[in-house]
Amino acid sequence: MSAVTTSEPTVAATPPPQPQAAPRTFLPARPDAHVAPAERRVIGGVSRESVMVLLGAVASSLATTLLLFGRLTPLAGKFGFVVVLFVVFLVTYTVLISLTERTTAIVDRLMTVLLTACAAAALFALFSVIVFVLIKGFNALRHANFYTEDMSIAGPLDPLTVGGILHAIVGTLIMTLIGLVITVPLALATAVYMTESGSRWAGFVRTVVTAMTALPSILAGLFIFATWILILGFERSGLAAAIAMSIMILPIIVRSADVVLRLVPGNLREAAAALGAPQWRTVWHVVLPTARSGLTTSVILGVARGIGETAPVLLTAGFTSTMNVNPRANPMVSLPLAAYELVRSPQENMVARGFGAAAVLMVLVLVLFTLARILGGRPAGRLSKHGARRTAARSAEDLRRFEARQHAVPSIDSEVMS
Amino acid sequence: MAGVTMDVLTTIPEAPTGGVPSPRPLESRRGRSDRIFHGGVSLGGIIVLAIMVAVGVFLSLEAWQALSTTGLKFFTTTEWQPDSGNFGIASVLLGTVLIAIVGVAIALPLATGTALFITEVAPPRVRSTMVALVDLMAAVPSVVYGLWGLFLLQGHLVGVSRWLNTWLGWLPFFEVSGSDPTDPLSSTSVYTASTFIAGVVVAMMVMPIQCVVMREVFSQVPPGEREGAYALGSTRWGMIRVVAIPFGRGGMIGGTMLGLGRALGETIAVLLIISPRFDLNFHVLEAGGNSVSSLIALRYTEASGFGLSALMAAGLGLFAVTLVINFTASWFVARSRSGADSEA
Repeated sequence: MSAVTTSEPTVAATPPPQPQAAPRTFLPARPDAHVAPAERRVIGGVSRESVMVLLGAVASSLATTLLLFGRLTPLAGKFGFVVVLFVVFLVTYTVLISLTERTTAIVDRLMTVLLTACAAAALFALFSVIVFVLIKGFNALRHANFYTEDMSIAGPLDPLTVGGILHAIVGTLIMTLIGLVITVPLALATAVYMTESGSRWAGFVRTVVTAMTALPSILAGLFIFATWILILGFERSGLAAAIAMSIMILPIIVRSADVVLRLVPGNLREAAAALGAPQWRTVWHVVLPTARSGLTTSVILGVARGIGETAPVLLTAGFTSTMNVNPRANPMVSLPLAAYELVRSPQENMVARGFGAAAVLMVLVLVLFTLARILGGRPAGRLSKHGARRTAARSAEDLRRFEARQHAVPSIDSEVMS
Repeated sequence: MAGVTMDVLTTIPEAPTGGVPSPRPLESRRGRSDRIFHGGVSLGGIIVLAIMVAVGVFLSLEAWQALSTTGLKFFTTTEWQPDSGNFGIASVLLGTVLIAIVGVAIALPLATGTALFITEVAPPRVRSTMVALVDLMAAVPSVVYGLWGLFLLQGHLVGVSRWLNTWLGWLPFFEVSGSDPTDPLSSTSVYTASTFIAGVVVAMMVMPIQCVVMREVFSQVPPGEREGAYALGSTRWGMIRVVAIPFGRGGMIGGTMLGLGRALGETIAVLLIISPRFDLNFHVLEAGGNSVSSLIALRYTEASGFGLSALMAAGLGLFAVTLVINFTASWFVARSRSGADSEA
């Protein structure tokens, strides 16, 4: 009833109020016809009031805290300042909201502020890490020789214009490359085995691999140190470090590749099987291409994890300050290891070099990470704009081919039919 | 099809004589190419399985040598002198667990808050940026966090340690022996290189891992339930409290434990910050602490054959703890309503 009266006020105004001889449906006069229909309430967005309250609370709490810290109490310290500021802000804000709102709304606003503060704290920590390492490493990073020389000619007291971390960069790249060659085929084969083969052992392999993701990274290093170096008698080398790194990241990549492959819709596999494709063709032409972006992401993220890990390399690669491109002999150093060893030196320049190495490492991981986000991030089967165009072109080509074949040799069809 | 001439009418095939037709037996036979494919893929699986089992078995065998000589004393001894046969993981394991507990205690509220901010509070554009940044945080190498903790954070945290000790020193774990809260000029060196500082740095590494799992779970809250809460007049926090958090509880527990597993295994950041000591030290603010992985990193060079197997026994102990925690975590995630198809 009320819905009719409110939604069509013009109709409500026109009909005469007196009933006719044969009473039909009529609208009763609204008791408050002179009141204009209520304005639609704004339920989303940010009101001016809430912004003002927020700004007022910030200003007031900042002033109070400054007063507390400078004048009234012997408080000191940046960290303490931030904490006191936040607490005073919360109190002021609560008081301000309570002027207009009730308890439920006050709690809601306060929790919103707290959640935002959590996110802000996390972001602040991330930026502080990145900026701090870049600033501390800047002195080393701004010299070109830092990227083109190794440390063989640089003594402990030499200025930053001598020596660099080229050997560590090259070492990291070589180790990563070997690690990739070892892990990618194995990880993909295992993930395919777990998802596609339907073997009875697939569940067992999955359990073991999941268990091995819990292996502390230093144990991977210790294992290679004990077997490869002590028992088999090989020396510490880039190869040993790469193997240790592979053992560490293999379960990680297998696990995430398994997840990605399981997300491939089953009806794609069934469609391929229904078209008569043998299983390897189904996997090669349907499952893997569908999951390509996810697989790339899992490999890249696994490798990023491996590059940044110091512990296994610490035990197996040895430490050197000279360039070594042969992974099978002589120690080879990686970026995280170089950073770790350099910052333990009491010399300021060495510490700066260590931070430089850490910054280069961080940038490397950042690049890999961005690459992963560009390549991946799409769910299985969802194509990029370019990929969709390519697929459409290919299927148009297929259609043309089929039609051409049909027109050219109709006899094939009749032979098949009869 | 177009060219077929229809000189035959449709006919009904004669029913086979001789009783009820039985279903055609179905069998699938793999072609040669498929057999090769299966062989190759299985080979990959077997190799990976073999590597993983080899690591586990080798570590256990080696560790057995050390364990069999000390027996149960291995779990109660605090010293680490393998060459004189007097060694155990009591203190290092305690140190590892304390660091992890401090780390998770700090990371958990931060991760929950950030995950809820991302899924519930943030506008869509901020949301995708935050998701990327949290992922990035998880990818920052641990040595970078270690440097940050050692050179930047420690200076700021010493003040916090002192404050906690001064005002909350009556709590047993905030006690610091050798500190004098009444003396404002006392040296702060009793607070450096402590379990607490290592724990804060570990928290920074653990937080994004927990946050990713929680965000995944919160984003799966059924829209119907979410809007139902709003329709009943709930505020946003009310909706989070009665819908999102109960729905995501399994994922929250699972994510927390996954982070705990990572915190236990962290080596290099702890190694950079902490100064090793071998006693049962519950005072997290006090200088010095220890962890299994930093013990291995420190002692592996000087270790003889037996010392190495002792280190492996310590590592295996840590592995066992992490394993239990990880499996419990995935059990929680899988069992929860929200975890049906999410992978922790």
